[in-house]
Amino acid sequence: MSPLLEIENLRVELTTRDGSAPVIDDLSFSLNAGETVSFVGESGCGKSMTALAILGLLPAGIGRVTRGSIKFNGEDLTKASDARMREIRGNEISMIFQEPMTSLNPVFTIGEQIAEVLREHRDMNAAQARSRAIELLDAVRIPNAKGRVDDYPHQMSGGQRQRVMIAIALACEPKILIADEPTTALDVTVQAQIFELMRDLGREFETSIILITHDMGAVAEMAERMLVMYAGRKVEAGPVDQVIDHPKHPYTKGLISCVPHLLAELTDERPPLAEIGGIVPGLAEFGRNQCLYAARCPLADDKCLQERPLPLAGKNGHEAACWHVEKVS
Amino acid sequence: MIRAISIRALYAIVLLIAVLVLNFSMLHLAPGDVADTIAQASGGADPEVMDQIRRDYGLDQPFLTQLGSYIVKVAKFDLGYSFFYNRPVTDLILERLPATLLLVISAQLLALIVGVVLGVISARNPNGLTSHFVTGLALFGYSAPVFWTGILLLIAFSLNLPIFPSSGMRDVTIEGGFFAHTVDVLHHLVLPVIALCSVYLALYSRLCRSSMLEVLGSDYVRTAKAKGLSEGQVVYKHALKNALSPVITLAGLQFSAVISGAVLVEAVFSWPGLGTLAFQSIIARDTPTILGILFFSAIVVVIGNLITDLVLRMIDPRVGGKA
Amino acid sequence: MSVTRINLQEELQKPSHPFKEAWVMFRSNHSAMFGLIVLLIVIFAGVFGPVLYQGDPFDMVWAPFSPPGEEGYLLGTDYLGRDLLLMILHGARVSIAIGLAAAFLTVVIGITIGALAGFYRGWVEEVLMRITEFFQVLPTLLFSMVIVALFGASLPIVTFAIGVVSWPPVARITRTEFLRIRELEYVTAARASGVSNWKLIGRVILPNALPPIIVQAALMVGSAILFEAGLSFLGLTDPNIVSWGQIIGSNRQYILDSSYIVTIPGLAIFITVLAISLVGDGLNDALNPKLRKR
Repeated sequence: MSPLLEIENLRVELTTRDGSAPVIDDLSFSLNAGETVSFVGESGCGKSMTALAILGLLPAGIGRVTRGSIKFNGEDLTKASDARMREIRGNEISMIFQEPMTSLNPVFTIGEQIAEVLREHRDMNAAQARSRAIELLDAVRIPNAKGRVDDYPHQMSGGQRQRVMIAIALACEPKILIADEPTTALDVTVQAQIFELMRDLGREFETSIILITHDMGAVAEMAERMLVMYAGRKVEAGPVDQVIDHPKHPYTKGLISCVPHLLAELTDERPPLAEIGGIVPGLAEFGRNQCLYAARCPLADDKCLQERPLPLAGKNGHEAACWHVEKVS
Repeated sequence: MIRAISIRALYAIVLLIAVLVLNFSMLHLAPGDVADTIAQASGGADPEVMDQIRRDYGLDQPFLTQLGSYIVKVAKFDLGYSFFYNRPVTDLILERLPATLLLVISAQLLALIVGVVLGVISARNPNGLTSHFVTGLALFGYSAPVFWTGILLLIAFSLNLPIFPSSGMRDVTIEGGFFAHTVDVLHHLVLPVIALCSVYLALYSRLCRSSMLEVLGSDYVRTAKAKGLSEGQVVYKHALKNALSPVITLAGLQFSAVISGAVLVEAVFSWPGLGTLAFQSIIARDTPTILGILFFSAIVVVIGNLITDLVLRMIDPRVGGKA
Repeated sequence: MSVTRINLQEELQKPSHPFKEAWVMFRSNHSAMFGLIVLLIVIFAGVFGPVLYQGDPFDMVWAPFSPPGEEGYLLGTDYLGRDLLLMILHGARVSIAIGLAAAFLTVVIGITIGALAGFYRGWVEEVLMRITEFFQVLPTLLFSMVIVALFGASLPIVTFAIGVVSWPPVARITRTEFLRIRELEYVTAARASGVSNWKLIGRVILPNALPPIIVQAALMVGSAILFEAGLSFLGLTDPNIVSWGQIIGSNRQYILDSSYIVTIPGLAIFITVLAISLVGDGLNDALNPKLRKR
């Protein structure tokens, strides 16, 4: 069976003042039906750009796909018409964003904002859409859904707003839900609830989830497979337990070392703090034929600065793009 | 909601009483009084008659007593008597008010509608032709005196190219029913409205452009796009409703300025409204009429502000929460 | 770490005075510099024009309605045969003088009310902001017409009438700035070290609140000139003084024959106010660089 979503050699360029830079550079990955894949990496590494590229929402006039394909059920979305993309958005592929406080329109009721998608994609009339909106509010566990359907976003807490966003995203029972840092802006106690909700509803609606996050704990709980990105490139990918237990890329190792409880078995090998020093390279450096992590990497040598490492496949599809894979593990 | 509106209305009444106090104080501070005015109008009077008049008008009473009776009189819609026109001030003003309201409201609506359309178009294409036009228009609108714009329009479209009438509100020679008269008034209205609205069109289109640009980059517009809505729904439903709030707030604040502008435009086009009346009364030193006009225009501004407030509440649910 | 050090060095190399920095930015703004040059020309014309081109603007010098250029009268004559160029030069003086004086009055009233409201908060703010709202309810031009009508059409009264109705925007901006700045740490620090309230207002907060107020003040000069033009167009100005609005007002019956008589003074007002707006926009960009990016 072919995968639900298959991205091959995707390159996305962003126009900046000093020319264009590849914010996504030769990215390939696939998502199977019912599966949850996690994208991990620091901010600015291209995770969110990947999400926007899938939905065809790259910033107009600034970002564009210059190479590769995004195949959804075999259909290349990079070549799809605007009208076709609108049919897909919010219907077959939907997305929830990082900032629940600003992602809902302040001047419409939450009921209207949910019902709108249903009217658009499901040909429901106003009454049907409204009663379905109430059911969905109930499904995302907002107490007294009937009484709150006519509330405005400013009358709700951040956690509740994110639940509304989930209700909007899942209204049409999409094949894929892209969640871009859905809990970063929320309280820790609420974060767990939102993740639980996403997992339960994802199963109920048989929706595949792409979870973009930098929270390794969430990755471990939610996802089957993970993909680590650095400076627009995939540096490591594979089954979650395998990557977390035996990271092959020094960057992944650094990320994991930031989350103590994941290191239960690895306490002895705890890497020195210096490993996460330094900063992500500037956009101007993206796309160079070298390992972009080299500047921060304790293992870097001349080779890393002269040639870009290509992903090296291992067992169970666990791959890493590093010249020194064997030294890491 | 109703409570908030009644509080606003109550506050409006307090404001209007304050206008009356100011009116009355200015009248008191100014050299000369009603007796002088009457004497002047009747071509001089001897001191005894003047004293009689002062007693009749209660001018020998203490300031506060006079102020109190003035306010009570105004509450009964009695703004005094114009010795120049020989008519009650209230009648004079009510006769001229509709013409000014027609001018002011048409100019505000036209400026708002065209301003928002221009603002939206230029926000969707920030480097396009409309965008440059809005920038240029804004500079012109800020800098050109409104009466001069009016005169230029008059020279161009009434004298050189006789398309529109040059003065007044009606052509008395026109015959026909209601429809013919309406068309006639609208025909007279065109140039004054364009002159008056040029200033506010500039203000609103520029503000709408920047507010729309900000909203188009907002998270909820991205959400709307991610829902698969059409470009039209995203811009005209989700973005516009948010971008409108600051424009309408500004329009509400401009009401008193629009009335000021109307005074000048009325003078240029001999529009038979309050502005022309004010101008004539000032030349005639007809103080009761001048103060009456000031009071009535304050009422118009206050009502305009109340309407703005209502519209804002309808557009933006967050406004209601704050009041 | 190296990044921080470089920034610090840049910081040290920057001109020490914030206004110098603003001037550097202002100078690179073409339209603002254009406005400034035009404005300087207008000021020069107003100050030295009547000295270099002498004469009484009220004198009849030639046949009425002579078009520009005739008989050596560069801008022609008006309906009474007065030299339009001479009137424009004298008018420049009046416009600029009243514009500056009224704007000064506006700014003084506005800063005082806004500063007190923003600094003291509580009932002081409540009362002062209600007064401000009250002044915003009165149509400014009508209000000043009433003042001029009641107290006489002399230059000081006209200036006063413009200033006393125009200050609310300045008061609002000042208050907003004061509300923001009074919460900043250095104000708290100054307060803790026992600085008196007057010094806090005048020496600590006001200088930091100035940039937006300066921009507003510049725009106020423009609107005061427009305001004076409107009043004098209606004839509500000192009859013994020539002003641009008054030339238009007194000649407007004759636009059919000689549209230049109203076009030229209007153009003078337009160009002057336009120059001030351009300078104001330039000041805004130079003094509030954060706002510019929006």
